[in-house]
Amino acid sequence: MRPAFSVLFLTTLIGIGQGLLVALSVGQWIETIGWAPVDPNGNFIAYGAVVAVVFLGLGLFASFFHLANPQRAWRAATRWRTSWLSREVLLLPVVMGLGLVYALIQYFNVQPALVTFANGESVTLGLVVGTVAALAALLLFVVTGMIYACVKFIREWASAWTVINFMIMGLASGSAVAAICANLEGGVLARFYLFAALVLTVVALATRSYQIWLNSRLALKSTLKTAIGQHHQQIRQISQGFMGSSFNNKEFSAPGGRDAVRGTTVAFLFFAFLLPAALMIVALGHGGLVVLASAAAIQYLGLLVERWAFFAQGQHVQNLYYQGKA
Amino acid sequence: MFGKKQTPAKKQLALVIDLNVCVGCHACVTSCKEWNTSGSAGPLPDENPYGADPKGVFFNRVQTFECGTYPNTETVHFPKSCLHCEDPPCVPVCPTGASYKREEDGIVLVDYDKCIGCKYCSWSCPYGAREFDEVQGVMKKCTLCVDRIYDTSLDPKLRKPACVLACPTSARIFGDIKDPQSEASIAIAENSGFQLMPEWGTNPANHYLPRRKTRITLHEDELVRADNPLKVEGEPPKVPLTSPTIDDASNW
Amino acid sequence: MTEQATTSDGQFGRTEVKTTTCYMCACRCGIRVHVRNGEIRYIEGNPDHPLNKGVICAKGAAGIMKQYSPARLTRPLRRKANAERGENAFEPISWDEALDMLGERLAHIRATDPRKFAIFTGRDQMQALTGLFAKQYGTPNYAAHGGFCSVNMAAGMIYTIGGSFWEFGGPDLDRAKLFVMIGTAEDHHSNPMKIALSKFKRGGGRFIAINPVRTGYAAIADEWVPIRPGTDGALILALIHEIIERGLFDREFLVRYSNAAELVNMDKDSDEYGLFVRDPDVPVRPDTFETPDRLWWDLKKDRPVVSRTPGSVGRLMGEYALPGGMPVKPAFQLLKDRVRQYTPDWAEGITGIPAATIRRLAHEMGVTARDQKIELPIAWTDAWGEEHETLTGNPVAFHAMRGLAAHSNGFHTIRALGILMSILGTIDRPGGFRHKAPFPRPIPPCHKPPKGPHAIRPDSPLEGSPLGWPAEPEDLAVDENGEPLRIDKGFSWEYPLSVHGLMHNVITNAWRGDPYPIDTLLLFMSNMAWNSTMNTVEVRKMLTDRNEDGEYKIPFIVVADAFESETVAFADLVLPDTTYLERHDVMSILDRPISEFDGPVDSVRVPVMPPKGECRPFQDVVIELATRLKLPAFVTKEGERKYRDYPDFIVNFETEPGSGIGFLAGWRGASGEKFMVGEPNPSQWEMYARNNNHFHYELPRSYQYMRNWNKGYLTWAQSHRMVRYTDPINIHIYSEVLQKFRLAAEGKWKGRQPPAHMAERVRTFFDPLPFYYAPLEWHAVDPIAYPLSAITQRPMAMYHSWDSQNAWLRQIHTHNVLFVHPSVGAANNFGDGAWIWVESPWGKVRCQARFSESVEPGTVWTWNAIGKAKGAWGLDGDANESKRGFLLNHLITEELPGLLSGRRVSNSDPVTGQAAWFDVRVRITPCAEGEPEESWPQFAGLPEVPGQTGFRGRIRAFFAGRKG
Ligand SMILES: Nc1nc2c(c(=O)[nH]1)N[C@H]1C(S)=C(S)[C@@H](COP(=O)(O)OP(=O)(O)OC[C@H]3O[C@@H](n4cnc5c(=O)[nH]c(N)nc54)[C@H](O)[C@@H]3O)O[C@H]1N2
Ligand SMILES: Nc1nc2c(c(=O)[nH]1)N[C@H]1C(S)=C(S)[C@@H](COP(=O)(O)OP(=O)(O)OC[C@H]3O[C@@H](n4cnc5c(=O)[nH]c(N)nc54)[C@H](O)[C@@H]3O)O[C@H]1N2
Ligand code: SF4
Ligand code: SF4
Ligand code: SF4
Ligand code: SF4
Ligand code: SF4
Ligand SMILES: [Mo]
Repeated sequence: MRPAFSVLFLTTLIGIGQGLLVALSVGQWIETIGWAPVDPNGNFIAYGAVVAVVFLGLGLFASFFHLANPQRAWRAATRWRTSWLSREVLLLPVVMGLGLVYALIQYFNVQPALVTFANGESVTLGLVVGTVAALAALLLFVVTGMIYACVKFIREWASAWTVINFMIMGLASGSAVAAICANLEGGVLARFYLFAALVLTVVALATRSYQIWLNSRLALKSTLKTAIGQHHQQIRQISQGFMGSSFNNKEFSAPGGRDAVRGTTVAFLFFAFLLPAALMIVALGHGGLVVLASAAAIQYLGLLVERWAFFAQGQHVQNLYYQGKA
Repeated sequence: MFGKKQTPAKKQLALVIDLNVCVGCHACVTSCKEWNTSGSAGPLPDENPYGADPKGVFFNRVQTFECGTYPNTETVHFPKSCLHCEDPPCVPVCPTGASYKREEDGIVLVDYDKCIGCKYCSWSCPYGAREFDEVQGVMKKCTLCVDRIYDTSLDPKLRKPACVLACPTSARIFGDIKDPQSEASIAIAENSGFQLMPEWGTNPANHYLPRRKTRITLHEDELVRADNPLKVEGEPPKVPLTSPTIDDASNW
Repeated sequence: MTEQATTSDGQFGRTEVKTTTCYMCACRCGIRVHVRNGEIRYIEGNPDHPLNKGVICAKGAAGIMKQYSPARLTRPLRRKANAERGENAFEPISWDEALDMLGERLAHIRATDPRKFAIFTGRDQMQALTGLFAKQYGTPNYAAHGGFCSVNMAAGMIYTIGGSFWEFGGPDLDRAKLFVMIGTAEDHHSNPMKIALSKFKRGGGRFIAINPVRTGYAAIADEWVPIRPGTDGALILALIHEIIERGLFDREFLVRYSNAAELVNMDKDSDEYGLFVRDPDVPVRPDTFETPDRLWWDLKKDRPVVSRTPGSVGRLMGEYALPGGMPVKPAFQLLKDRVRQYTPDWAEGITGIPAATIRRLAHEMGVTARDQKIELPIAWTDAWGEEHETLTGNPVAFHAMRGLAAHSNGFHTIRALGILMSILGTIDRPGGFRHKAPFPRPIPPCHKPPKGPHAIRPDSPLEGSPLGWPAEPEDLAVDENGEPLRIDKGFSWEYPLSVHGLMHNVITNAWRGDPYPIDTLLLFMSNMAWNSTMNTVEVRKMLTDRNEDGEYKIPFIVVADAFESETVAFADLVLPDTTYLERHDVMSILDRPISEFDGPVDSVRVPVMPPKGECRPFQDVVIELATRLKLPAFVTKEGERKYRDYPDFIVNFETEPGSGIGFLAGWRGASGEKFMVGEPNPSQWEMYARNNNHFHYELPRSYQYMRNWNKGYLTWAQSHRMVRYTDPINIHIYSEVLQKFRLAAEGKWKGRQPPAHMAERVRTFFDPLPFYYAPLEWHAVDPIAYPLSAITQRPMAMYHSWDSQNAWLRQIHTHNVLFVHPSVGAANNFGDGAWIWVESPWGKVRCQARFSESVEPGTVWTWNAIGKAKGAWGLDGDANESKRGFLLNHLITEELPGLLSGRRVSNSDPVTGQAAWFDVRVRITPCAEGEPEESWPQFAGLPEVPGQTGFRGRIRAFFAGRKG
């Protein structure tokens, strides 16, 4: 498939936003149940949530470039019953809204205690809203992943691993950004986030590699035989009906073809996972913000490449009909 | 997932394409283009119309495949447009509802006023039947000439898709495949009509008819007849056998 | 934007529907053109037209994009004074200037040496007018595409059965049971053939395709018989061999309706050796083209009698002596003797078709013809007065075109095919071959070429017609020394039966001044600097070559075209024509009408759009020039203008004053009450327009078959001035016409004899019976060095060179590749999609190869005329057509060296002058690493010319009648 840049940015940027929201909420819970001291200046979560919303917003902004008629984008919310895309269109603003409310609550510290624990910490409004936002963000991972995972005609995508990987990679990159935010705000969770980012990155390396391996072993469900209904051992396309080009050539093939997919796969395994993980280990040791920030930045770029490869690797069944001969 | 299967239409209009007579002339391709580009489905733009790698929107393409190896090669001309699937995977995925399947006749259409051009439906068509119009920014595809077939200002004989009227070999049969009496249904039933990629459960409404072969079987006797003109000329037909006789091998 | 389901077309504007005739190809279907706000909205087939019955083809339906082509010429142009030919540098001039310039030049030539004006037209449909113009002007140098197209088909069949495939006849698929299509890709009968094929297949008929390539029609054949190009003669002769050996021929048919039983003089010493013996007592009849004075050997009485004497039956076989002792043989026996050597096993080695397959094909043909006979309850009377209760048909039909014709052995191959069809008894019978009016014609047809220098005189019309049908050496267009009268050497001893001329040699001959230099060359509707010329690179140089004195070797070139073709660049004067949607045209019985099997049909084109810019119908220009030149047929006795314009000419012109014969056969007579013959009818155009632009006369059923011998039909045809005589047109199994030329070559003919150096050639090829010889070029080429045959095919969605300007059609064939069998790649070290060099002894091209399993491994092929010169046809300089597309013509030579006592002769059939496009042999080598992936040769880009329509945008989103 042809990777559309708008979609690369959309999915990676909101992935960070979602991961960040989840991280913030988890952090707040950890503090609440007392595994970590409560953040002394308290604004880290507020700022973090704002950053998450900004990432989500940037993603949304990028997505508009994908639409030829963005003025009608609102219509895309109408088919949530059947369309994962529609569901995403609905859920993304919800997550953003929740994130924003979360940030406001945290910032203005409107924190009526709903339940108070033995250690004196309470389940505050912020904690609840944050949890809802995190759950929505997690759901959004599922929804976004399903947009691709439910395209059964692209076997590389049509797997639960698409959803799982979207989620883990989002969480990893979100955690890395959370670590930065915590670090900047002097948050006490910085090392926790960093550690979480490291673990998630390593897990992502494993699960994403697993999907690559799976994809290398995919059996074809359709063949030229079923495509044109002829029972011959050897069938070749001589003409696709036109020689210049068409939507079906452009949209369903990646520039550079298989070679590009192979190259970008190696590249993203290194830049999205291996190198960031190494830098995170370094950061864990020395705690330098610069190292941390570069780990996150490199990871993001690596994830863009990952997304490019993800799309590019998708082989659509329709390509059986479009083999570009004379 | 959450998408319910569409209730099968009571009526399902479709094309039945007879690969036995299609000569690959592309009449259906350009007649479709000319009808639709200036009609309610149009325009169907062409990029670089006179330059390098022209790229245009066509609702129908005629492809060519070779089956088998020389000299037992079959050359198959294979026209393909939207198959108006009975369970069209392209419809439920559309976030706007722009893609829809008509209850009344099963035609799958795109409402350009709703389409945001996300192209998602095209990913969900295994047949590569949809084409994107970069100018209007909407997805387009074969409409089964819905703007012709019900147009009462046309002579009833002409209320058929443009490609069907054009096809010189009448390889394209148009009709309701839910009506067992229709020409289309009969053609499918009598000639083992088949669907493309049945493995996906899309249940395409368009069907294809396979190649059928006519052979002549001759018996040696038919080559030597009582009224053979050679007899008239006094040259009785020769015994065609040139192979050895039992005389060469007998030992009684 | 609107919802498709609820929007009717009417909402976008009012459309008007006008009917006319398509000319996106030579098939001429009826079309209905929908025009919305002055733009073409839709072109559909006209359901009320007999030819296409409502269907249309890819080209026809894309006619819109031809109307809006970026290559339209809209102003008359003159080459800029300081510009070279070929640079495409023109300045616009007015029509007055253009006509003055041309008129004065032509007047001067006509007054001095009319031969120096040559007019050649390509794949046009108005040869009746252009031919008349040339004849009236007085030049013999006129021809249309026939010579490079399919003249072998016309001549081979017409000299055999008095009719032919092409537009003159075809297979009766309504009733055939077995159909054999040989060497046909798309043909002139495009839509009707497709309609018929599909009906035939659905009716359970068996369809066999004999072709080196399996595409198009052959794709849907029940059996594909791949054959090596140029070897069909061997196949057909072997089929005849097997059919005769097995007695599967239709004896009765042959005896009565052909010359098979007629006795041939076998006395080697006689001056009439090889001619039919004649009964001197039968008086020579002046009212006939063939006195019935030949003999046959009566079966019962066992003695010679005048053939077809009532009560007698001729023998087909044996050897006899006439009472005087003269040895004679029935023509059929000679055929039998001839094909004895042509066994299926022999043919296998030549054609590559297994002998068993050849035998089976022969058996299928013979048995089907014999056992599946059709009897129609139609009573008819034959030319000898015998009445028949029923009509019989042997339902085996054939169709063949350029796959046979475009070889230098095509004439004899096609004669063989005519004979095969005849011995199966399938001529003008149900289920077999059927004629279309004005065919059948006498063998050969009556009009003759100019017979000597006396026929060409200043300021006078030509004596004879520029093209005609020689019946004997006296009919050749040669001078006292036997040298050609025509610039293309047509009707000379080199190609005596070149009945359509040799357009493909005009430029080379004119450039060399052989047989003489000319002054003005007018090319109409012909892309002679590109696809209708062989040896294109060199021919383009000839067009710009100069004499020592600096004058161009061909001093003045006029191109009448509607589009910016490759040839326009070489013009000194360009006359912009209208398109088919902008003008009046007629498809006349005097030319090649669209007749059906059941009777004559002619048709017209009427304008549905106004002419673009200053475009002017070429026909009007011809009439204008003819009037200015005061050519007798176009002016009154006083020298005054007779015809306002072309439509006026069509209505009022009569072949001779008061003849009642004009270009159109329908609605003649003062009020349209007559047909075929009748005085001019001022409202003839309106009547055609009202009747879907055609006139169809359906013959009575009893006149529709066996027309060569059908008394009713022949009488009808004579009384309607379609033929001069009512004699039966007997099939020439044995061709006495050819034998006469052979006798001349042997020095036995009383009249003209060929120059000595030509004698052997004439003797060899003027064999009265068909024989197989390898194409001439193969004798000049080392078969090991050049192991592959290279051929072209018509794509169904493109017409010659002229559709790359069509935004829709060019997407289907954007460039062309060379299709080769994978074994060719394996043998020459290249893979599928590789760029390769293709070399013939005459030139080379670089192109891309594609593997295909549907091509005979010794053959490579490509789609014809897709490759374009850079910048031509309104295409961008980087268009795929010129970057990747290529023209096979660069590999084909127009002349073969050394075949005729060291002289060059045209690369043509030695009988008819048919261009031997498909004889070329090539070898392939892969391109070297690093060579550009671009076709070669490339040509300097052509700039747009003044007035060219052009197109600037990146996107064309055509929506008729909406601006923008
Ligand atoms: N290699 C190879 N070469 C071949 C052949 C082959 O099989 N192989 N086939 C040969 C045969 S059979 C033929 S008939 C020739 C055809 O050869 P041509 O007749 O030379 O070829 P066309 O490409 O038809 O070009 C005709 C010209 O007519 C112009 N034209 C189109 N419409 C109009 C009109 O309405 N008015 C005027 N005035 N001009 C118009 C076009 O612009 C074009 O320049 O090609 C021959 N060349
Ligand atoms: N769409 C379209 N239609 C056209 C035209 C066009 O350009 N486009 N041109 C028109 C004109 S001017 C003409 S003359 C006609 C020509 O109509 P066709 O005669 O059909 O012309 P070609 O395309 O030259 O086809 C030649 C066929 O013969 C085969 N062939 C070549 N050599 C041999 C051989 O030695 N033996 C056998 N058995 N087969 C052989 C080729 O593979 C090819 O299939 O078409 C007319 N109709
Ligand atoms: S062919 Fe494709 S576009 Fe048409 S209905 Fe089926 S899935 Fe949808
Ligand atoms: S491109 Fe248009 S029709 Fe297709 S899914 Fe998107 S909104 Fe629906
Ligand atoms: S039915 Fe209409 S829209 Fe569909 S392919 Fe045919 S002509 Fe085109
Ligand atoms: S118009 Fe008919 S014969 Fe021609 S390609 Fe289309 S389906 Fe085949
Ligand atoms: S076959 Fe020729 S005349 Fe008929 S519609 Fe097609 S292009 Fe026009
Ligand atoms: Mo031709």
